[in-house]
Amino acid sequence: MRVRILAFAGVREIVGAAQRTVEVPAGATAGRVWDDLAREFPRLSEIARSTRLARNGALVERDAALQDGDELAVMPPFGGG
Amino acid sequence: MKYEITREPLALESLIEAVRTDACGAVVAFLGVVRELGDGDQPVDGLSYEAYPAMALPEMRAIGEEASHKFGEARLAIAHRIGDLRLGEASVAVAVAAPHRGVAFDACEYAIDQLKERVPIWKKEHFRSGEARWRPNAPRP
Repeated sequence: MRVRILAFAGVREIVGAAQRTVEVPAGATAGRVWDDLAREFPRLSEIARSTRLARNGALVERDAALQDGDELAVMPPFGGG
Repeated sequence: MKYEITREPLALESLIEAVRTDACGAVVAFLGVVRELGDGDQPVDGLSYEAYPAMALPEMRAIGEEASHKFGEARLAIAHRIGDLRLGEASVAVAVAAPHRGVAFDACEYAIDQLKERVPIWKKEHFRSGEARWRPNAPRP
């Protein structure tokens, strides 16, 4: 299945793109997709622990199962205001 | 009542217009502006903001509705600017109208505190030295 990763702020800069589509096995979790990304971009490990994940606009834990076509937002600590 | 994320300068008057009714005896408005010294001691030239609008806008709306219920009869509008901002420019605006000032002050404070904690928006500090750094929100002082 295909999942679209949305990368923001420091994550976006390390990945070098605001979006990327990845092919993952059916039933893959949010944490699995994030781990794959962190493996590809080792600098992400610096901010991995403070990064939160959102599936289709709603915060999820790492064990949330994804579905084909989902958007997974990878979000470092917020800084609005 | 009105929630927006915009690249344009924030217009407080239009937020106030969106929330004020003839039943309201108080309007409280808050502006967050770009200041020269962040939490460090390096002078900043400006900030750039980015957002995840598909999540940020519903969250801003949820905060407004919560504040409205929590404090009773408050009407809120919240706007956040994104893009590049210079010193003195407003990054966030909250307008609250209520029958009495106590409710309006409380709802306004609640809204800005929650926004900083819950809304997916990020800021990058651009230092005068030429360096830049993403700056997460600290717990409220």
